Amino acid sequence: MDNSKIKQHISRQFNEEMEDIRNKVLTMGGLVEQQVDLATKAFMGNDMENAEKVVQQDQYVNEMEKDIDHECTEIMAKRQPAAFDLRMLIATIKIITDLERIGDEAARIAKMTMRLEGADYYQDKYYEIEHLLNLVKDMLNGALDAYARNDVEEVIAITEQDAKVDREYTSITRQLITQMMENPRNITRALDMLWAARALERIGDHSCNVCEQVIYMVKGKDVRHLSREELERTVNSVR
Amino acid sequence: MTTAQKNTHAIDISALKREDRKSVEQLETCIKVENLDLFYGQKQALHSVNMEMPHKKVTAYIGPSGCGKSTLLRCINRMNDLVDGVTIKGKILLDGDDIYDKSVNVAALRRRVGMVFQKPNPFPKTIYENVAYGLRIQGINDRRILDEVVEKSLRGAALWDEMKDRLNDNALGMSGGQQQRLVIARAIAIEPEVILLDEPASALDPISTLKIEELINELKEKYTIVIVTHNMQQAARVSDFTAFMYMGELIEFGETSELFTNPAKKQTEDYITGRYG
Repeated sequence: MDNSKIKQHISRQFNEEMEDIRNKVLTMGGLVEQQVDLATKAFMGNDMENAEKVVQQDQYVNEMEKDIDHECTEIMAKRQPAAFDLRMLIATIKIITDLERIGDEAARIAKMTMRLEGADYYQDKYYEIEHLLNLVKDMLNGALDAYARNDVEEVIAITEQDAKVDREYTSITRQLITQMMENPRNITRALDMLWAARALERIGDHSCNVCEQVIYMVKGKDVRHLSREELERTVNSVR
Repeated sequence: MTTAQKNTHAIDISALKREDRKSVEQLETCIKVENLDLFYGQKQALHSVNMEMPHKKVTAYIGPSGCGKSTLLRCINRMNDLVDGVTIKGKILLDGDDIYDKSVNVAALRRRVGMVFQKPNPFPKTIYENVAYGLRIQGINDRRILDEVVEKSLRGAALWDEMKDRLNDNALGMSGGQQQRLVIARAIAIEPEVILLDEPASALDPISTLKIEELINELKEKYTIVIVTHNMQQAARVSDFTAFMYMGELIEFGETSELFTNPAKKQTEDYITGRYG
């Protein structure tokens, strides 16, 4: 499917409206990616300045969600879109919900970082989740890329990465339990870490949801709640 | 027992189970078009059209002007016989009988397959006589039968409540939307099996259009309906099946819900989304 798909309407204004929506979703996605990165790094390195910045910027993510939602509704009312156009708008409305939730998870991590200030274990660094962060950043980036290019080829790889994220999350949990058992004084710190890891794991799930919507948009097939094999078969089916 | 527990028992999820939904394959075919070619003189207007339209469902034909959708519709009650220089090859089966067979009485065929046109064409007679016309020419003049059929048909066309006190008014005094419903009442008075609608709402205002669409939805309980429309949203709203035609060929035919959300052919997609072909 070619990238210029939304540029071929007889109505040039319709092209512009669809293009505008796509650009806004990508801007929102970029902002959310940045929020996740900034928040997690602030958490790992006790960087209060950046944590505060993330919390403040969350409102821009929320504003963009409302803005894009409104524009999609307007296009539906005005143009009665069908086929790909209709699927793109429906998918977009759902994708931005997931993006906004990812933004919330980032803000949650940032708020937790700010709470840590003044705690007696404050000097500890939390580098255990760096690998997890890199995995979910990859997934989110791939999902947005698939949306931008109307391309589902890489999507399977992204959803497979979610299994890795789940494994990483389980292993961090196990590590933290061990730490807590070794010394009860670790419990507070371990719980903080667990919450952050949990937030990242959720971001991976939301990225998978975005991928499912991209498949719906491009292939017209609803792949939610399918097993991995069924999903793969749908993506590889013709058209 | 708490409220939550009570509710759990009350919900019947049997309707949600996938296998219980009626499948398309179970539908009976009413009209079957087989390898239909049609020529206006030398010019070929239909190219080997094949399709099966199911009983008591609404099938819509969409496509750009000149794509052959009206021509195909008019083949179903042999209206094209009246055009000079038309050659038709292939078959159209109505309940299994070939309507182009030599033994077919065309007038009888048109009693089975009624038709309504773009512009309402009531006769310059009273409302009552318009609806009774089909029976009168069949030689039925019994007032009781006529009264009954007129009422039933006008009710069927959602016109009775508006018109029951004006049955002896001239039909030409009605509004366009009312006239169109009157013509539909006239068509269903002789109890056809199939009703062909050739852009029935394109000359009407939005409210009358909605009334016609509502009527189509009611009529499909009794009749098989085929509709040609330029208004794609209308096709999406009223039909169960949609056929997309282009340059005399049937490009895609399938369930309306699928065709408008996820068409199989690129040409269909380009047309319904308003892209350059």
